[in-house]
Amino acid sequence: MQAIVHEWRERVRASADSTEALCIRGSGSKDFYGGALQGAVLDTRAYHGILEYEPTELVMRARSGTQLATVEAELAAHGQMLGFEPPHFGTGATLGGAVACGLSGPRRAAAGAVRDFVLGIRILDGRGTDLAFGGKVMKNVAGYDVSRLMVGAMGTLGIILDVALKVLPRPERELTLRFELNQTQALHRMNSWASQPYPITATCHEGDALHVRVSGSAIGVESAARTLGGARLEDAGAFWRDLREQRAMFFQGAEPLWRLSVKSTAPQLPLPGPQLIEWNGGLRWIHGETDASVVRDVARKADGHAVLFRAIDKCSSVFQPLPPALMTLHRGLKQAFDPAGILNRGRLYDEL
Amino acid sequence: MQAHAPSLAGNVRSALLAELLSFLPSAAVLFDEEDLRPYECDGLSAYRALPAVAVLPSTETEVRKILSLCQRLGVPVVARGAGTGLSGGALPHAGGVLLSLARFMRILELDPIARIARVQPGVRNLAISDAASRYGLYYAPDPSSQIACSIGGNVAENSGGVHCLKYGLTVHNILRLRLCTIDGEVHEIGGHALDSPGYDLLALITGSEGLLGVITEITVKLLPKPDTARCVLAAFGSVAEAGEAVAAVIGAGIVPAGLEMMDKAATAAVEPFVNAGYPLDAAAILLCESDGTTDEVAAEIDRIAAIMRSTGATDIRVSRDEAERLRFWSGRKAAFPAVGRISPDYYCMDGTIPRKHLAQVLTGIARLEKKYRLRCANVFHAGDGNLHPLILYDANQPGELERCEAFGADILRLCIDAGGTITGEHGVGIEKIDQMCEQFAEPALEAFHRVKQVFDPHRLLNPDKAVPTLHRCAELGRMHVHRGEERFADLPRF
Repeated sequence: MQAIVHEWRERVRASADSTEALCIRGSGSKDFYGGALQGAVLDTRAYHGILEYEPTELVMRARSGTQLATVEAELAAHGQMLGFEPPHFGTGATLGGAVACGLSGPRRAAAGAVRDFVLGIRILDGRGTDLAFGGKVMKNVAGYDVSRLMVGAMGTLGIILDVALKVLPRPERELTLRFELNQTQALHRMNSWASQPYPITATCHEGDALHVRVSGSAIGVESAARTLGGARLEDAGAFWRDLREQRAMFFQGAEPLWRLSVKSTAPQLPLPGPQLIEWNGGLRWIHGETDASVVRDVARKADGHAVLFRAIDKCSSVFQPLPPALMTLHRGLKQAFDPAGILNRGRLYDEL
Repeated sequence: MQAHAPSLAGNVRSALLAELLSFLPSAAVLFDEEDLRPYECDGLSAYRALPAVAVLPSTETEVRKILSLCQRLGVPVVARGAGTGLSGGALPHAGGVLLSLARFMRILELDPIARIARVQPGVRNLAISDAASRYGLYYAPDPSSQIACSIGGNVAENSGGVHCLKYGLTVHNILRLRLCTIDGEVHEIGGHALDSPGYDLLALITGSEGLLGVITEITVKLLPKPDTARCVLAAFGSVAEAGEAVAAVIGAGIVPAGLEMMDKAATAAVEPFVNAGYPLDAAAILLCESDGTTDEVAAEIDRIAAIMRSTGATDIRVSRDEAERLRFWSGRKAAFPAVGRISPDYYCMDGTIPRKHLAQVLTGIARLEKKYRLRCANVFHAGDGNLHPLILYDANQPGELERCEAFGADILRLCIDAGGTITGEHGVGIEKIDQMCEQFAEPALEAFHRVKQVFDPHRLLNPDKAVPTLHRCAELGRMHVHRGEERFADLPRF
C-alpha cells in the first residue's frame, strides 16, 4: 500500500509543478455534492483496508479508500457503529469521501457529526508531504486540531490517507414513534423533548407526520416510548435508511434540493416548496425552484446557512458565501496546505 | 526579578502605554511591579515572567484596539482567563502585554429551548451549569478546576474532565466563537446551527492555546441533566485485572458516564485524607458511573457490577444514595492534594494511551520508579485512556528535581511508544514544548507553523508556546508543587 502513497506523491508533485488540478475521488457517490469536478482523477479506491480495530478501544483506523459498507459491516459484527450515521449515496461510498464531505446522518443531533468522531488523520498535502495529525486516543490536545479541519474540507487541503475514528456501541434497543403534527407543533415538540433527558436519536418531520427514534437500553427505550406516546412504526430501519440515503419520496424530482442548517428553534422558513425537517429542527430540506439569494437570506436570518445540495444546473455557488475576512483565512489555509491550488479545485469555493 | 522586562525598548513601552491609556481607563492598564505580580504565572508556577503591561479590557472593541496596537508596535500578547491552566499556557511574555479577560464575565443569553448559552470568555465553567440548572440543563465538560477556570481558557485548551468518554471535550460542546485576530479583525466562527459553511475553524481554534486569536464570546451547548447517577466502586488484586475490567465494560457496549482508576499508591495517599472507604489492600480500584433514568441506571449498574465480578474484582460496592456516590468520588477528586500531603513536591503528568496498553505502561512506570529511585502514584481517566502519574519528589534533596524531570520525560516517551500522546487535557503550553518534538515529525510541526502564519504572521500571540520551532526544541518544563504551596491549592485537581 505504501507504493500507492508513493505513486500519489509523485502525481501530486507533478500536478503542483504544472499547476494542473487534481480531482480526488473514491467511488464518485458524492460527485453531485459541491462544486464541479476539475482535473485528472486520482482514484482513492485502491488504497483501502482496515488498519486497526479493537472493539474495546472504541477506535477504528482505516484507509480512505475503504468502503463505508465494509467499515460498517466490521463494526456491526462487533456490536458497534459509526455514531454519525453517514449517508452513503451509492453502493461504493468510501470512508475518505464521507470524511472529506463531512456529511452526517439522522443521528447527528444526538450523537455528533463526522468531525466529532475523528481522532486522527494522515494526509498528503498539496506538496506531496505525508503528514500525520491527532492520534488514536480519545483525548489529545497536542498541536492544532488539523484532523478535524480536514473534515468537510472537500479534499481541498489534502488527500486523506488514513483516518482514526471513535466508534460507538450499537444501542440495545431502538424504536420509532409517529405523531400527527403540523410543522409548527412539531418544531415545538422536538425542541422541548431535546431539552429533557429522553434517549431521542433521530427526528424527521414531513407533511403532518413527525417520526421520532428512541435508542438505548431496552428499559430506557420502553420507558421513554411510554412517556412520549405516539404510534409505533413498523420497519423503522428502512424508514431511517431511506431518509438518510434520500430515497424517500420527498427527495424525488428534478427541482433543486436545498439543505438549510439553522438554529433548531427557528420557526417555519418562509420558502416555497415542500420542507422536510431533521435534527430536532436544526436541518431543513427544501425542494423547489427558489432564487438562491432568497434562500441564503432566509438561512442567515434563521442563524444558519444554505447549501444547494442537489441541482441539475448549479449556476449559483453551492455553499453559502463567506464574509470577506473569513474567506481571507480560508485562502490562507488553502495556501498553507496546497500552495499550488491543485487539490479538488473549486469543490468547496471557487477561490479555494 | 526586574520590574519591567528589558526586552521591550523604552520608547516602545512608552508609546504602548500612551496609546493604551488613550482608549482604556487607567484602572485597566497595569504596569507597576506590584500590580503585575499576580499575573506572573498560571497554575504551572515553576515558570514565572513579568509582562511589561497587563490590560483588562471590558469590551470587544477594546480587545480589537489592543491587538491591532500590539501588531503595529510588534509587541507580544498573551491572553489569560482565570490562570488555572497546568501547562503554562498563560505564562506572560517577558516584556509583552498580558491581556486578561477577567472582566468578560457576563452570561449574555441563555436559551433553554434552543439549549444554548452565549457567554463571555471570563465566565467560570461552573457558573454556566449553575445558571442553566433551573431549566434542568447543564454544560457537560467539567475540568477539575471548574469552580474557578474560565470558559475562554477551556476553549483555548480544549479542556476535558471526568465525563469525556460519554459527553466529549470542549470541542464537542461549543457552537460558535467570536475570535479577534491580531490584526484587530473579529471573526464569527461556527454558528448557532449544528454546522457552518467552509473549513471547520471552530475545531482548529479550540485547543489552539491562544496562538491564533483572542476569543471574546462563546456559545456553548447545554444538555439536559440526567435524572440520576450511581457509581460502582470495585477493587482488584492487580492493575492488569482492573484494566481488563475496563475493556470488558466497554466491550459489553456500555459507555459509562465516568470510569476512573487509582493504583495502590494513590488510594493509600487519599484514604487517610478523605476517608472515602477505599479498600487499601487493593492493587487498583475502579470507579464506574452510570447516569440516565432511574430504571436504566439500575439495570446498567447491575451489568457493570457483574462484569467487574467476572473480571476478578475482590470487592464491589454500589452507591446507595447521592451522599455515598459523592463519597466514592471524593477520594478521586482529592488525589492531587492528598499526594501533596505525603510528599514535599510532586509533578503531575498528563499522557494518554490506548487503554489496552495500560498494564504495560504502568509496569514501565514501576520500572522507572526503581531506576530513578522516586515513587509515583497513578490516577487515571481509565475510560478515555488519560493517565495522570504523580511523581513524588523533594526539591530540597540535591538531584531529585532533575531525576523527577527525567522520570517524567520517560513516562511521556512510554505514552508515545504505546501509540498515545503527551497531553490529553492539560495542553502543551510551555511545559511540554520539548516533547512535541518527540511526538510530531518535522513536516507536521512545519504545517502547524504555516497554520499559525495564516492567523498571526508576526508570531505575536502567545509566542514560544504549544508548537516548538524546529531549531529550538530544547526547553523543559514541569508542574512543580512545593510543600502544598500550589497556586489554587484549594482547587480539586484530577
